[in-house]
Amino acid sequence: MMKRITFLSLLLLLTLAPAFAQAGRSPVDEELDNRVRILSQQLRCLVCQNETLADSQADLATDLKRQIREQMKAGKSDKEILAFLTDRYGDFVLYNPPVKLTTYLLWFGPFILLAGGLFALFRYIKSRREQIHEQPLTADEHKRALELLDATSGKEPA
Amino acid sequence: MRILLSVLLSVIIFMFWRAMRSRPQGRLLSKGTSHTVIWLPLVLFVGLVAFLAIGLNRDPHEVPSPLINKAAPTFQLPQLHQPDKTFSAAEMRGKVWLLNVWASWCVSCREEHPFLVELARTGAVPVYGLNWKDKRDDAMNWLDELGNPYVLSVSDLDGRIAIDYGVYGAPETYLIDKNGVIRYKVIGPVTPDVLQKTILPMVKELNK
Repeated sequence: MMKRITFLSLLLLLTLAPAFAQAGRSPVDEELDNRVRILSQQLRCLVCQNETLADSQADLATDLKRQIREQMKAGKSDKEILAFLTDRYGDFVLYNPPVKLTTYLLWFGPFILLAGGLFALFRYIKSRREQIHEQPLTADEHKRALELLDATSGKEPA
Repeated sequence: MRILLSVLLSVIIFMFWRAMRSRPQGRLLSKGTSHTVIWLPLVLFVGLVAFLAIGLNRDPHEVPSPLINKAAPTFQLPQLHQPDKTFSAAEMRGKVWLLNVWASWCVSCREEHPFLVELARTGAVPVYGLNWKDKRDDAMNWLDELGNPYVLSVSDLDGRIAIDYGVYGAPETYLIDKNGVIRYKVIGPVTPDVLQKTILPMVKELNK
């Protein structure tokens, strides 16, 4: 019994260890870390290009995250920090491109294509509908049809 | 590659044109189909090829700098060879100059280095170095070994000034005019081709 209790408490201690490891950081620091992480997830690492700044371990990414952190500590807003970065690296650092004159085609192009596709589809359907005419049977065709019907109905009862 | 592509395109257009000619009008196509509709797929295809040809020939690592035609960020940094002395970009007012970002750990810098040494020998334009996140001893050894094309280099130990300049991979080279405005940027090694065709003519123009 005693052994089991010791084992359980040891297990508890082990699982709690990571929680204690974090205890050294103040809540303010943690909040700052969080802000840096969230913002840098929206940013492209220019060295690796297909990785976010948050995920990247590249030297430049580390430096940039450090500067972002410093600026946040100095009371800068996320918007100001993004402006700081785009002033230096261009819109390419943003994973979410801003809506402006040079990106109109990027943002609205797909909708234009969709509208064009719908327009073409409607026109096609309309022209098809116009091509299909219900044509009344000629007297000759009517007679043949009746004959066929008579022939089958005559055989049916047997 | 480009020649092959254009030949291929011409062949496709020619075959399409011949097919159009040899076919009796209106046999394959219903009456209402106009000529513009027939050509539409081909036009779309050519457009697509043009887009791809431009897009695929671009180097995604060359990100256009927003700093072109903007004032070069100011800095005051210790000089590599005389750390007790500083150098400031403001001192270069009235001169056309090159700022070359380099480091001893940077492989491509080694590749461009002979061309910078050669350029320095001609004296066409003064080259200043921004030694990016390097160890001082490593940097000085590197210059001793390969030659020093720089009027002087400054040490950007923690890479702050490099970030101000939008540096993301050495080497990078900035052409700065008399008013301290960045006029051109080379991403990656400076080649004799870029020097002869772009940088030196621009220097000449800016020095007028």
